[in-house]
Amino acid sequence: MADKKEAAGKKGFSLLGLVGPIQFVMGILLAFIGGALFLWIFRENVAEAYGALFKGAFGSKRYIGEALLSTTPLIFSGLAVALGFRSGLFNMGVEGQLVFGGMVAAYIGYAWDLPRVIHLPLALLGGAVVAGLWGSISGYLKAYHNIHEVITTLLMNYIAFAIADYMIAVGGPMKADNELPVSPDVLESARLVRLWEGTRVSSGILIAIFFAIVVWFFIYKTRIGYKMRAVGFNAAAAEYAGINPKTMTVLAMALSGALGGLAGAVEVLGVHYKFYAAFSPGYGWDGIAVALLGLLNPFGVIAAAFLFGVLRSGSITMQAIAGISKNVVSILIALVIFFSATNKTLEPILKRLLGGIGSGKELELNTEQEGDR
Amino acid sequence: MKPAVEMRNIVKQFPGVLANDHISLTVEKGEIHGLLGENGAGKTTLMSILSGMSVPDEGEILLNGTPIQFGNCEDAIKQGIGMVHQHFMLVPVFTVAENIVLGNEPHKGLQLDIDQARTMVNRLSSHYGLKVDPDSVIRDISVGSQQRVEILKVLSRDAKIIILDEPTAVLTPQEVEEFYIVMRALREAGNTIIFITHKLQEIQEITDRTTVLRDGKVVGTVNTKDADNERLARMMVGRDVVLHVKKEEHQAGKVELRVENLFAKDARGLPAVKDISFEVRAGEVVGIAGVAGNGQNELVEVITGLRKQESGKIYLGDRDISKMTTRERIYAGLAHVPQDRQRRGLVMDFTLVDNFLLGYEDSPPFIEGPMINYREAERFSERSIEMFDVRTPGAHVTARTLSGGNQQKMIVAREFQRNPTVLIAAQPTRGLDIAATEFVHEELIELRAQDKAVLLISMELTEILDLSDRILVIYEGEIVGSMKANEATPEKLGLLMAGG
Amino acid sequence: MANWSQLISLALFSATIRSLTPVLYPALAGIFSERSGVLNIGLEGMMLISAFAAVVGSYYSGNAWIGVLWAIAAGLLTSLIHAFMCITLKADQAIVGTGINILGIGLPSYLLLKLFGSQGISPIVNRLSKWRIPVVVDLPVIGPILGEHSPLAYIALIMVPVSWFVLFKTPFGLRLRSVGENPSAADSVGVNVYLMRYIAVMISGVLASLGGAFLSISYLAQYTRMMTAGRGFIGLAAMIFGRWNPWGALIACLIFGFADALQATAQAANVPIPPQFLLALPYILSIVTLIGAMGRANPPAYVAKPYEKA
Repeated sequence: MADKKEAAGKKGFSLLGLVGPIQFVMGILLAFIGGALFLWIFRENVAEAYGALFKGAFGSKRYIGEALLSTTPLIFSGLAVALGFRSGLFNMGVEGQLVFGGMVAAYIGYAWDLPRVIHLPLALLGGAVVAGLWGSISGYLKAYHNIHEVITTLLMNYIAFAIADYMIAVGGPMKADNELPVSPDVLESARLVRLWEGTRVSSGILIAIFFAIVVWFFIYKTRIGYKMRAVGFNAAAAEYAGINPKTMTVLAMALSGALGGLAGAVEVLGVHYKFYAAFSPGYGWDGIAVALLGLLNPFGVIAAAFLFGVLRSGSITMQAIAGISKNVVSILIALVIFFSATNKTLEPILKRLLGGIGSGKELELNTEQEGDR
Repeated sequence: MKPAVEMRNIVKQFPGVLANDHISLTVEKGEIHGLLGENGAGKTTLMSILSGMSVPDEGEILLNGTPIQFGNCEDAIKQGIGMVHQHFMLVPVFTVAENIVLGNEPHKGLQLDIDQARTMVNRLSSHYGLKVDPDSVIRDISVGSQQRVEILKVLSRDAKIIILDEPTAVLTPQEVEEFYIVMRALREAGNTIIFITHKLQEIQEITDRTTVLRDGKVVGTVNTKDADNERLARMMVGRDVVLHVKKEEHQAGKVELRVENLFAKDARGLPAVKDISFEVRAGEVVGIAGVAGNGQNELVEVITGLRKQESGKIYLGDRDISKMTTRERIYAGLAHVPQDRQRRGLVMDFTLVDNFLLGYEDSPPFIEGPMINYREAERFSERSIEMFDVRTPGAHVTARTLSGGNQQKMIVAREFQRNPTVLIAAQPTRGLDIAATEFVHEELIELRAQDKAVLLISMELTEILDLSDRILVIYEGEIVGSMKANEATPEKLGLLMAGG
Repeated sequence: MANWSQLISLALFSATIRSLTPVLYPALAGIFSERSGVLNIGLEGMMLISAFAAVVGSYYSGNAWIGVLWAIAAGLLTSLIHAFMCITLKADQAIVGTGINILGIGLPSYLLLKLFGSQGISPIVNRLSKWRIPVVVDLPVIGPILGEHSPLAYIALIMVPVSWFVLFKTPFGLRLRSVGENPSAADSVGVNVYLMRYIAVMISGVLASLGGAFLSISYLAQYTRMMTAGRGFIGLAAMIFGRWNPWGALIACLIFGFADALQATAQAANVPIPPQFLLALPYILSIVTLIGAMGRANPPAYVAKPYEKA
């Protein structure tokens, strides 16, 4: 036993830090291989399809801009899902929260006339707060009525969609003065600035990256973040230590919802400048895959969001050039999700392999359950 | 005559642990064969292999001289092997009859024939003198009854080789005596019994021969009547063992924990704690003895604020803490070593640093405004690991990678350093090996020497008798007895624990 | 101004039966899967894929019943993916279900463009003709409500007592429930935990597929993008409300079906409530009923927990 204590003192060289990146790359590779297999089964030209996909993402400055444009809300929706998961909650309601965030941001953006320094932050904040409150309903139902958040967040999406439809329908309170079911245009003072000449990339991407750093810091370094993680991993233990799991559950769902709302707010204030029903092509749903592929780590989320941004924008070109439905991307996303679902099964194996390489001896793993063996 | 069971060179590897390291075991027909070893010695793994629950990596099994191979329980059952598991293999929401016939159901056409099942249970029950009600739902009956159901389940499948895994853990001393009678009757009827235990007393009492396991290996097989307790203990642990805790006389001080007329309900809304009152003084260990499921959990949870009380008061020193949150009670000086360390005591996927932080995350010196001061937390972890001899490759591995004993040491380290006035220790040595058990016992006695009040809840009578200054007995949610430790005997306590 | 009392009619109750069918199927599907210990939030996706398969089958054969067979095949296949991931690979069951749901959006949409060159809807295909139940159809009150429906609606209703009998009165059901309540106990008496769970998930897939087929080749006669509109999720809510019991789920589905039928009737009758709010009614109702139902609901003890043989 003495040698073990010694080993604890030495830092030594370890490959365990590579577990995450390896899982990330494996996830992407397997999805692409699976996707190729799928396309081959349906007798598509795989090379042409993937070629068009990447051309559509990187072929020109404008295409790269479009990829970054999709990346922005995906970072937020990925963070929303990741923060939820870290607190033990599966937020499937990001799409609805995103719609709420976009709706409120648009409203503040066109209805209030304020100086830029206040107007833009207020529009973002408003979207986040209302979406956060919306999300916290599921948190409340989970904490105080023991209803699984998956069911409530899913159902609440449909309610959110209905409310959004109503707002911009004929006679709705946010309807613009024209024939279309859209809101009025957001004032200049509430719009995110364009960053890159010749593309639609806005400062939203910087805000998104900033928030990823904030979320990382929050989860891993703050007292509340610690409590949320404790509740997420083991609510009974957290409760035993005097942490109130109910409060943390409501708070976590609120924060997760707020991040989802920001996804919608940046999309409306940075891209469309108005609110309409289908302004999100499913960024909220993609957030689940983004969070999982990013291994629930905010920096992983940035990387995964970029990948999905590429897929989203590339797929549009793919459909135009190769005539293959852009929905192939949803199939790739589903494959990423399937792969991520087995992460827990694979992780110990990967760790053992890498730990073995690094230290020359096997990492000690104890799977002991209570009682005898 | 060929031996009933012969296991040869059995190897079973779990991730990171060699649970069975070339174990060979021979059990003769018609004997009661003891399988003795510490927690973690590999007894249960070996028997799970024999009963088809797990598949060995190497080795062979012979029944009556014929090699057999099974990968599942069905084959083992067909060969007449039945196992009564330590953690009962019962479906809590099914009735007794449903549990007994599961996997072997009588039916009329497509329909389950529950009448026939009931009849069969009643016949078996009266034949072996094991009283059960076939229509009761498992989760509503006592642990003792559940055990009878387990045994009937095995017997209903015509088992000839019966494996009993720590069957006495849930019984009172008197019930254990009755259980021995059943075991002897089964042996007289020609059955072979393998009896797993870590208690020397029981080996002496009931077995014909005994095989001792240590660290996944066979230490030896002896005729029980030729071996005394000291020899068996040495075989089991690998060194001389102090069988009793030494503790100095110590004068108890003022009352630190006082519980008055406490009532509480269990998770299903039934009364679990009924009018309990007691006090614990500084420098005193008060033990609560009782069979599992008699309200101990609920009592601890109410005192620590994890469960709402219906009525009654709890005082810490002079302060009424009955309305406080768990966190406020911790700050008021109450520490708690929970009975289920993996469910309550630790966040298994947290690093040791984060686990040591549990409950400290809002207190100086571990905070910097809204942030956690991780430098301080790491220093605290390193110090705790050192002081309490937690065997770990470092402070940044997850708690899951530690052995049960080291996990418990972590909890003890964290809770003792809260510098509490009152410590509640629930089953503090459950599942630990002897070295870790000794460690925890010494720490508890040390707390007593520091004039802390200690409330000890345990199912292990020897633990209660060794450590306590005063002993309370809990039965069906009530304190049914109270005595000084030096006036208590296992028999006296056992009678009270059974409600007698 | 519409007269509220006019809304309540025999036609409304008949519409209730029609509306509850695509919720009852996933509710029963969820019960089989979860009773065996496998969470199945992928029902929505299974229904979508099956609904599309039904249209394809009917389109190429001209026979709606062939479409039903295609739907069942698609449901079985999808549920096999779910079972393989959850049971054999021990993957996180909620995440796998989410993957199935996303597949349920992507796969039909991809094939829609490939097979029919369309982005959102399929061509109109032959659909199942309604059955007129002799005698029943001529009864007063009951006749107009229950007398004439899609065969899939009748099958759904019949599946309630059948499911109940199978789950609670047969040795098979006892075993199925035992692997969801304590798989180790089931294993220790020789019940094959993995096999039972595979069977349960596949039953679940077949039931979900009938729900999908009902929508695409009975209620409508074409596939439209995301046509299930959350009915798979409402079905899960009904399952919880009904405490994982087919009869309880039926009661929940009657409530949802009635709400759905009412909102459709109200819309048609120009009731002065924004139609969007009427559309949201079944979802709101689902959440409200869950608030009432939980607390007393006990999910199977081992749902969402993979079984690891030692």
